Amino acid sequence: MTNVLELRGITKRFPGVIANENVDITLREGKILALLGENGAGKTTLMNILYGLYKPDEGHISVRGKQVEIHGPNDAISQGIGMVHQHFMLVPVMTVTENVMLGIEPTKNGVFLDKEKVAKRISEISDQYGLEVDPNAYIKDLPVGIQQRVEIIKVLYRQADILILDEPTAVLTPQEVEGLFKIIDTLIKSGKSIIFITHKLKEVLAVADDITVLRLGRVVGSIAPQEATSEKLASMMVGRDVNLIVDKLSAKPGKPVLVVDNLFVRDERQHMAVQGVSFEVRKGEVLGVAGVQGNGQTELVYALTGLLPLDGGIIRLLGESIQHTTPRDILERGVAHIPEDRQRHGLILTFPIHDNMMLCTYYKNPFAKGITLQEKSIFSNAEELVKQYDVRTPNIYVNAGTLSGGNQQKVIVAREFSRPIELLIASQPTRGLDVGSIEYIHKQIIRKRDEGAGVLVVSSELDEILALSDRIAVMYKGQIMDILDASKTTKEQLGLLMAGVHPSEAKNSK
Amino acid sequence: MSETATPSKKQNSNRTSWAQELMVPGLAVLTGLIIGAIVIVASGANVFDAYGALFAGSFGSPAKFVEGFQVFFSTGETKELLKAIYPFTESLVTATPYIFAGLSVALGFRAGLFNIGAEGQFFIGALCSAYVGYSVKGLPMIIHLPLALLAGALGGAIWGMIPGYLKAKFGAHEVVNTIMMNWIAFRLSDWLLSGPMRSSGFRPVTPNVLATAELPRFFPDPLRFNLGFFLALLAALLVYWFLFKTTTGFEVRSVGANPDAAKYAGMSIVKNLVLVMSLAGALAGLAGSAQVLGVDHWVGQGFSAGYGFDAIALALLGKSHPFGVVLAALLFGFLRSGATDMQSMAGIPIDIISIIQGLVIVFIAAPAIIRWLYRIRSIKTEETVLTRGWGK
Repeated sequence: MTNVLELRGITKRFPGVIANENVDITLREGKILALLGENGAGKTTLMNILYGLYKPDEGHISVRGKQVEIHGPNDAISQGIGMVHQHFMLVPVMTVTENVMLGIEPTKNGVFLDKEKVAKRISEISDQYGLEVDPNAYIKDLPVGIQQRVEIIKVLYRQADILILDEPTAVLTPQEVEGLFKIIDTLIKSGKSIIFITHKLKEVLAVADDITVLRLGRVVGSIAPQEATSEKLASMMVGRDVNLIVDKLSAKPGKPVLVVDNLFVRDERQHMAVQGVSFEVRKGEVLGVAGVQGNGQTELVYALTGLLPLDGGIIRLLGESIQHTTPRDILERGVAHIPEDRQRHGLILTFPIHDNMMLCTYYKNPFAKGITLQEKSIFSNAEELVKQYDVRTPNIYVNAGTLSGGNQQKVIVAREFSRPIELLIASQPTRGLDVGSIEYIHKQIIRKRDEGAGVLVVSSELDEILALSDRIAVMYKGQIMDILDASKTTKEQLGLLMAGVHPSEAKNSK
Repeated sequence: MSETATPSKKQNSNRTSWAQELMVPGLAVLTGLIIGAIVIVASGANVFDAYGALFAGSFGSPAKFVEGFQVFFSTGETKELLKAIYPFTESLVTATPYIFAGLSVALGFRAGLFNIGAEGQFFIGALCSAYVGYSVKGLPMIIHLPLALLAGALGGAIWGMIPGYLKAKFGAHEVVNTIMMNWIAFRLSDWLLSGPMRSSGFRPVTPNVLATAELPRFFPDPLRFNLGFFLALLAALLVYWFLFKTTTGFEVRSVGANPDAAKYAGMSIVKNLVLVMSLAGALAGLAGSAQVLGVDHWVGQGFSAGYGFDAIALALLGKSHPFGVVLAALLFGFLRSGATDMQSMAGIPIDIISIIQGLVIVFIAAPAIIRWLYRIRSIKTEETVLTRGWGK
């Protein structure tokens, strides 16, 4: 068996940082290589080198035994290397065909676009690999899983036989992930080779033929999936033993902290995103809200925290209605909010850490006396929180934007947990974080629960929902499909609900 | 958790040294002067004559200083000495409205607002101060002067507040609205000067303000150096204190740097936008007040020499920092003031100064050029968001 792609001794330095150091990677023909590593381990840099976006300082790349120079995406494509990005590069108002032909438009008589030819080719590719994509559909009408297939078609249309899939499962439902794995299987059977980038351990074990683990820019080791376990891979990634299961005692729920009744919310484009949602969160319990992203969870949280106005319904916090009040009032009533988009809402990246640590309480004692800020208290507060929450930073004066994602999230968690709270709303609290940080933040959330706060966790990661929740509400198209007891729920059940199928219906239809 | 932020050692402190902060602007000025020199040579004049005259016109001639002091010490006669310091004080006089107006635009930038309306606010401030200055009679200076200044600040504040409110309430872009307010101010002043506020004389100008409303001058005529300069410095201090030491200033900077996070933290976007535009208007209004009460003592058509528009460049050059604005305003003051002498003594058209100013602004706006020219590594410190896109 030949090696279709070899990277040898790749080193890439950025000022002050070594992103890749002497990295060796081998992709065997017709096999799936899983590239595993935390954020910041150097996976992306490595793939950008392979795709010609960066030039390596040392090392070389061989494709099918021949050493090659890749100076840009076009070189990569001509070597048969294709990349499916994590964030899709599609134009929503164009059709599948138009998106696929973007950049390499074939013409009739040198002037007119030859869409028919492309559409025919797309149908062929679609049939060959079981992709089931309609060439004439508009991207905006397609579910995320199908959009991803369009990205795959784009790569196949350009005749790639080495496919790089960058975190392909991050945006998919469990069922869609199954579908993707089937497609990958078909691709392999027809002779393609695949590099699969991920930080999800279970997926790696499910699909990979070879596993290479990166940490801090270096290859920590390569391992066959038969010899690997989740625990082993996690400790390779992190460099120490990791507890993958959140230790928690069973909840002792008390009185309701938050009661939501028949809530309606419009999103920023005035679509009714939340349609008649009701639930309650009690003291000392975690209510998980599961669902594929974009089913109203974001707007639900914005409404609860005062960032979006309600279109109808009642929200009660500790018995008092808060549906027409301001974010500040909600905050002062003891609601902590870990926002979904930490860089948009959670932090001011151009402000130093010490200012971000008091972003919500800057006007209060001890941070302010009258109208003047008290720098001494601000600094000592930040020093203390940085130590307590183990934020890795040279000091408290650097801007929040210089921290890694995990440390940025810790700044938010530290800030939100540092005041007395009745209700914690955590939205995608570990998105994009590495195993170590996830473990830490999960522990902190459970600690708040055990201290008696009500906790609402919104996440599109099923593992996270299952690990944290005492009860699970599943949202689909702005409504809650069902609220389940976490201890009696399986992933499959949740997956069906997330896809909008009620288990009872599923049984009937079978 | 093995990942850590790994900034290089240089970045360990957010408090980058002054030298680093000043490096790019300083080199931008230097480069502007060098290219200006090339233009002077190309126009067939002598660079040394030109820049010599510029220096003498802005700082004064060293020989005259020496002579002035000699005369003063030997005879006690101050006439020669005053002549020697005249250029220097005139530069400070020119810098005074620049400081106020520059602070106005810089304050807007800090909140993510682009105040192009400083020029209009300047006019309104000048007119309000002039009106109180000549029409209110019989007050002692201690009341009359502050009242006249207050009128200017208030007029400018209202002129700034209107676009601020339209932006906060209806999302109308402040660039469009401040430009509109400029035109209203220009036409309003034309009407006022030709009618209601016109003095009895032949020209369409206001009456002179009363002596009790004049900003006191420190030297006998023709030196016009007055209290306004120190008020401008005080304003810079106050703006600095407001922005960096008060809770409201923290809100303003938060709204400017990340409005979504500001809203998340419970800050009121509407309140802060209206507040900042009002304060910015007040500062630009005070620029007009200082000019009319300290220097001209009356307002005529075309009263402003484009101070409000130059202020945008000043705020950029000063990196929206109050102290940076003061330095930039001094630079512009010295260049403008010296240019007059350069024209009369070396025969270099005054427009060369506009070229140099333009070049400096280009280099400030595109620091990559300066970094490339002088091979400076980029230091990633807090880059102030100057203004948000049109969409927000």
